[in-house]
Order: sequence, then structure tokens, then C-alpha cells
Amino acid sequence: MPNLKAVDVVIVGGGWTGLMMAKELTSRTGLTVTVLERGIPRKTSDYALDMDELDYAVRLRMMQNIAEDTITHRHSMRDPAVPVRQYGSFLPGSGVGGAGEHWNGASWRFLPSLFNMRTHLAERHGAAKLPANLDVQDWGVTYDDLEPHYWRAEQMMGVGGKAGNVNGKIMDGGNPFEGARKSEYPLPPLRNSHLASLFGEGARKLGYHPHPAPAANLSETYKNPDGITRAACGYCGYCERFGCMVGAKAQPSNTLLPVLQRRNKFELRTGCWVRRVVHKDGKATGVQYIDAKGEEMFQPASIVILATFTLSNTRLLYLSKIGTPYDATAGKGTLGKNLTHQVEGSTRVFFDKPLNAFMGTGGLAMRISDFDGDHGLKGDEGLLRMGMIGVLSNGSRPIQTFDAMPRGAAKSNWGSDWKAAALKWRDRNAIIALSGEHLSYKQNFMDLDPTYTDKYGDPLLRFTLDWTDHEHRQSEYAKEIAQKIAPAMGAVLAEPIGGRNRYNVINYQSTHIQGGTVMGASPESSVVNRHQQHWDVQNLWVLGASCIPQNASHNPTLTILATTTWAADALIDRYLKHPGLVA
Amino acid sequence: MKRREFLTIPRQAVGGLLLYTLAGEPFRVSAQQNGDIRVPLRFFTEAEARVITAACERIFPSDATGPGATEAAVVIYIDRQLAGPYGNDKYRYTKGPWVESYPEHGYQAKETPREIYRQGLRDLGDGFAQLPVDAQIQKLTAMEKSRFFQMLRTHTIEGMFADPMHGGNAGLIGWQLIGYPGPVMSYRAEIDKHYGVPYRPKPRSMEQIVGRKPALWEDEKV
Ligand SMILES: Cc1cc2nc3c(=O)[nH]c(=O)nc-3n(C[C@H](O)[C@H](O)[C@H](O)COP(=O)(O)OP(=O)(O)OC[C@H]3O[C@@H](n4cnc5c(N)ncnc54)[C@H](O)[C@@H]3O)c2cc1C
Ligand code: SF4
Repeated sequence: MPNLKAVDVVIVGGGWTGLMMAKELTSRTGLTVTVLERGIPRKTSDYALDMDELDYAVRLRMMQNIAEDTITHRHSMRDPAVPVRQYGSFLPGSGVGGAGEHWNGASWRFLPSLFNMRTHLAERHGAAKLPANLDVQDWGVTYDDLEPHYWRAEQMMGVGGKAGNVNGKIMDGGNPFEGARKSEYPLPPLRNSHLASLFGEGARKLGYHPHPAPAANLSETYKNPDGITRAACGYCGYCERFGCMVGAKAQPSNTLLPVLQRRNKFELRTGCWVRRVVHKDGKATGVQYIDAKGEEMFQPASIVILATFTLSNTRLLYLSKIGTPYDATAGKGTLGKNLTHQVEGSTRVFFDKPLNAFMGTGGLAMRISDFDGDHGLKGDEGLLRMGMIGVLSNGSRPIQTFDAMPRGAAKSNWGSDWKAAALKWRDRNAIIALSGEHLSYKQNFMDLDPTYTDKYGDPLLRFTLDWTDHEHRQSEYAKEIAQKIAPAMGAVLAEPIGGRNRYNVINYQSTHIQGGTVMGASPESSVVNRHQQHWDVQNLWVLGASCIPQNASHNPTLTILATTTWAADALIDRYLKHPGLVA
Repeated sequence: MKRREFLTIPRQAVGGLLLYTLAGEPFRVSAQQNGDIRVPLRFFTEAEARVITAACERIFPSDATGPGATEAAVVIYIDRQLAGPYGNDKYRYTKGPWVESYPEHGYQAKETPREIYRQGLRDLGDGFAQLPVDAQIQKLTAMEKSRFFQMLRTHTIEGMFADPMHGGNAGLIGWQLIGYPGPVMSYRAEIDKHYGVPYRPKPRSMEQIVGRKPALWEDEKV
């Protein structure tokens, strides 16, 4: 195996977190930084011709090719696991920018209580009253620690929104239930779609507090603190699963890459599939990978940073034999635990007028947070936590939305009467959705599959994951609330979707898979410390949603950008000066 | 080498296909002297294409509510997809062991889309296109649960509404049917207007917008 020239830092994964860390390191230190990304190179001009629903949204042109690497899934330890053969309840990204190229752009902060969930729930209910299988924990970092980092990420991306709480002062039109912000958003909210305005009016009539989602799809032309200028969003509706052809949606390729390309100590290598973190005597010495030509390489480095998203972060640590694998039966070990997704609960609403729903953008949503976290819970709902409820106008494209219709509107799902019903209800329906917190449980975790392998013969990651009664109850409660909002927003019909089903790997939900290398206050409960530094291998750092111990109702990207600069501060200001565990 | 097969479609049957051809450069079709269109097939034989055309027409019929799968040339779309990497499962995890599992785990069998279609065609029978409409519907109804039928149904919707660069949605007939404008760079001036009233800009394809035929992913990777 050829030994390459040693670098100071090797970052594995060229998505949001990897490139964000690279930008911090190359801006603030003189270290040589190499990013290894297994996918292809990307730039904004690649997206000039991507407004093609079939190739991008249906065939998933931008995602990790599932033929090469996937996961296996089982509902419980008693079941055999089978591979996820086609996508999928989530869509891992690939290529420079990672999933950050084809994300929606919703850019929320998490609620303060999410960061100290164990303490918060114990105070609220009494530790003894919490379910025995509940595995939520405190992150070791608080909302207040992260507030300045949230602000950095919001400025970098140009997030538009309406603050609901500035230094404790509740602001009209914003989310009054959010954690206190130090300042208003960098940009105003996006313009409203018809659907968003209907939901806002309906929710307000019922006494709720509708607010626009904060969005990284620029509401106005914007120049960020790095001097990068981007155009305002055109509401073209080709956001989610597509790259933005005008650069209005913040993507690593149009915010971080332009800065990094000016740094001469930075190198980005694509087509490099990392298989192992190599380590000796408790210290990482570099990474082993297969390059674009198919050759096995060793890249020596003084510091190794994993930024490969939840799935690869967890799998690489397993494959490299770093840390203590989680043993669900004994309740011991940490690597792989706290696997969570997000909880859904959807109601389809129908209108007698068209919505022109083909217009929109990934972050254009109207939500209520009156039931988010647990501040809206009285105690008789049978719930510990809930989530946000709202509508999304991210551009309805014809293939994937064609035949939404009320139940019983057609005899079957093909033929003349089906076609007539589909045409009748087209553009006259929408979803009121729950984006619910997913608590972590002892029985939901990741480890290596004993049978199935990836294209290089390495074991696949195995999910053991199912919904519990709590998640079903969250969905049902959201549907009860949606039944009230629907008539208030002018809907003629509202139908709840789905029931008490088991976890389904086929229907897309969100790509907010989290856990596996969680952060925390002690090596007994976490894989990395509060700065995302590995407890055992201290020159190894892990970034992204794999470090999140329980799932928020909010989309995670803004938070993982904030935790990345939080980690960068610890690494640069403290670790580099005094190598060793950063307290 | 395999003999090249063509699907000959009368000009009247494919309203849009010919229109589209006249509007831009010839789009994989060539009008014959007698006005018929001969489309070179990449996967189906001509006989198979006729069976698929008939089956798609039952799924998405041309009727009082507007044009259907035949006018949109859905069969050409399916032909292209099956001939490309998708047809051969290049984007599906295909390592064994192959085991059956719960519905929540989705399709777990080994057969590729190409194999599923060839079996489906056998099940429909050579004479399917010549059967009376009622008999066709009966036959398809009996197959409703099969993987083949579910694929055919999904592919029919795709062929109706995908950009015409993929072979279907001829003459943008699918988009005209539902009032979908196709790819439009900006609705910045429109997004917060037209509340409650239909806003239906005239559809344009990607090729019409950029002035050249976009590279197809399915072609790139064959
Ligand atoms: C369709 C979609 C919509 C989304 N919408 C939103 C949204 O609205 N709001 C929000 O907050 N979040 C959203 N997300 C999630 C968001 O994209 C992710 O949170 C974010 O991109 C994660 O950043 P990351 O750097 O951790 O990982 P990624 O962006 O996934 O990057 C990881 C990179 O690592 C590479 N990699 C993986 N394994 C290896 C290996 N072994 N060797 C080398 N490289 C490797 C991958 O190729 C990838 O490029 C969405 C995601 C998807 C897919
Ligand atoms: S909707 Fe806006 S941000 Fe999204 S792709 Fe279109 S222009 Fe870009």
C-alpha cells in the first residue's frame, strides 16, 4: 500500500461538516488539510440542466449509489436483517457538498431543552417515572454555548426568517417558543405561497402561533461575511433532490468551496473511498482508502476528522475497531447506540381551489410550534415530547404527486375513473405534517451486519429500529390537531395518512438519521466528548448528526454546522496548543 | 447483432410526438412518406411494444378527460428506461443472499426490471393488444398485485410526466393535460400572487429552454 506524504489533518467526507471544518482550519491555522470524498466533484454550473424530475428526484442521480453501499434493517433483535435494496426512508448524499447539495434548506435551531433532555425530563416528570428503555441524554453542550455558533452558520448561509424571541423579548410573527436569539435573522423570511398563507390564517384563527420556517434559500440577494455573494431564490420548485442552478440555496459548493479554493494548504480529493481509520497505541495515524483508480492508499495524518454522515461515521469506527460497541442486551458500550429518525404524522387536506403548488422552494414552510418540545403538553396526552406541525411548499412536481386523491375517489389506482379523479384533485391537495422529536431507546441501535457487504466486501451497517407506542401516539395527536386546522384553513376534506405501522425503509421520510457516535459528558455514555473529540483516540474527531443523542423536531443541518464550529474552536484554540483530551 | 426493431405509429395516434418533431430537431423519430412515425426501439421488439402500448393505454387511457399513454408515447419512455442502466438494476443493491421479508422492506427479489417485463409480457400474452378492451382490463386486473403491474403503472405515470427528453410526454401532452409548466427558472414575481386562481404558464421542455438536448443520465452510464 503506497504511503502518501503526511498531512496535518485529514478530513473524511466533503459535505457540510467536512468542508466547514476545513474552512475553519485553513482560515485560522497554517495546517495542511486534505479532504477525502468518495463521490464526484461538484460546482454550481453542474446544475444548469438539473430541473429534471425523473433523473434527479425519481432515479436519485445525486445520491450515494445504493448498489455500492447500503444498510440492512431489522425491527428488533429477534428478527433477521435484510438489506435496503432501493431507496428509501432516507437518501444519503454523495459527492462534493454531500447531501448539502440537494437538501431543502430548512434551517432551524433546536430547542434549548433538547441539549439537556435527560435532566429536563427528570426535572419535569421525576427520574423514576421515565420509561426504563428511554436512552435520552444530555449533550454536554448547551443551547447557550451554541448560540454564537448558530449565528455564524446563519450568516454563512444567509438564513431568512422571523425571530420570535430576541434576548427574551417575544416578537410578533416569529416563533415565540424558540430559544432566545441574540439578533434577528440575517434576511427576512421568504415570500408566502398560497398554501403557507392559508395555513397561517387558519392556525392563527385557532389561537396558535404560525411562523415562517427559517430558510437557507435566499429571500434576497446576499453577501456573507466571507465575501461570497449569491442571488435570491426564484421559487422554481427544484430544490429538494436537486442542486440549485442559480446558487440561491446555500450549498457547500457555493458557500464553502469558493473560500477553500483560495487556500493553498487545502486539498480536496474525490473518488476516495475511506475504509479504515488506522490507529496505533490509542492514536490515529491516518486513513486507508481506495482511490479513484481503484488503488489502495494510506494517507498519514496527525489529526483525523470523520465527517461522513451518520451512517459512515458509525460504520468506519466499527470497521476500524475504535471504541466500545454497544451491547443492547447488557446495556453497555456506546458505539452505535441512540439511533433515531424523525417522527411523522400526516394528514392530507383537499381544497376546492388550485394552489399553484408547482411554485415554491425547499425552505418555504409555515409551522406552529405550540406543541413543539413539551411546552404545549398538559400531561394527559400520553406523551413526553411532540413536535412542529405545518405545511411545506417546496415545489410539487408532477410524477411524484400525480394521483393524490381522497380515499374511495376511484375504484382502483389505474384506468379511466382513477385518471379522472387524479385530474380533479390535482393541485387541490396538500399535507399537514408533523415533524416530531424521536426519543432514543435502548433497543434502537446500529452495528455491523454479519452477512451483507459493500462493494469492497466490508460489512454493511445494520439498523435495529422500530417505532414504539410513544411515536404512534405523537402521530395520532398531530393528526387530531390537523383535523382542527384543516377547516380553519379552508380545506373541504382532511384525511389522516397511515396508521400504527412498523418502521418502513421504503417510503421517504427525511434524511435526519442520527446517533451512533453520540456526544456526552462521560466515556460511559458517549463516543465523543462535548467537543466531538473521541474519548479513546484523542486525535480523532467526529462531526455531524451521528453525535446527536436524540432527534429534534427540527431539521439538523444548522445545528451540525454550529457543533462543527464549536468543535473547531476546541480543536484550534485548545487541542493544538495542548494536545490531549479537551475538557 | 440483433436486428433493429422499430415501432411504427400512425401520425394521428401520437398527437404530440410529431408536433414536437416539427418544432425542434428530429427527436428519435422520423416521419415516413405516408405520415407514419418509425421509432427505433432499444429494448422491446415491435410486437412487445404493441402489447405494452395497449396495457399502458388501459392504465392511463385516452378518454373524455383528455389524452393518455398512447398519445404521450409512454412506451418509448419505458423502452429507453429498460434499455438503460435502470433496466439492469445498476442502481439497486443486488448482493445476496436473497430472502423474502416483510412488506416494510420493499422489493427483495432478484429479478431486474428487464426480467420482470419479459415475464410480464409472457403473462399478458402475444395477442393482448388485439383483445377487446374489457378483456384487457380483466387480464390486467387479475395481475394487479404483481411486481410487473406495479412497475408498469409507475412507469406509465413517469412516461406521462417526465421531461420529453426521456422519450415519453410527447409534445408535452402530459404537462398540458395537468397544466404543469415544466422547468421554469423563476416564479419570484408570481409566488405570492394568483392565490386561489389557476396560474398555468405554457409548458416548455428543458430542450426548448436551453436550446439543446440535455445529456441523459441513462445514456451517460450505459
Ligand atoms: C433530500 C434531502 C433533503 C434535506 N433537507 C434538509 C433540510 O431542509 N434541512 C436540514 O437541516 N437538513 C436537510 N437534509 C439533511 C442535510 O442534507 C444533512 O443534515 C447534511 O447534509 C449533513 O451534512 P454532513 O456533512 O454531516 O453529511 P453529508 O452532507 O451527507 O456529507 C457526507 C459526505 O461524506 C461522504 N462519505 C461517506 N462515506 C465516505 C467514505 N467512506 N469515504 C469518503 N467519503 C465518504 C459522502 O459521499 C458525503 O459526500 C436533507 C437531506 C436530504 C437528502
Ligand atoms: S427554489 Fe430557489 S433555492 Fe431552490 S433550486 Fe430554485 S432558485 Fe434555487
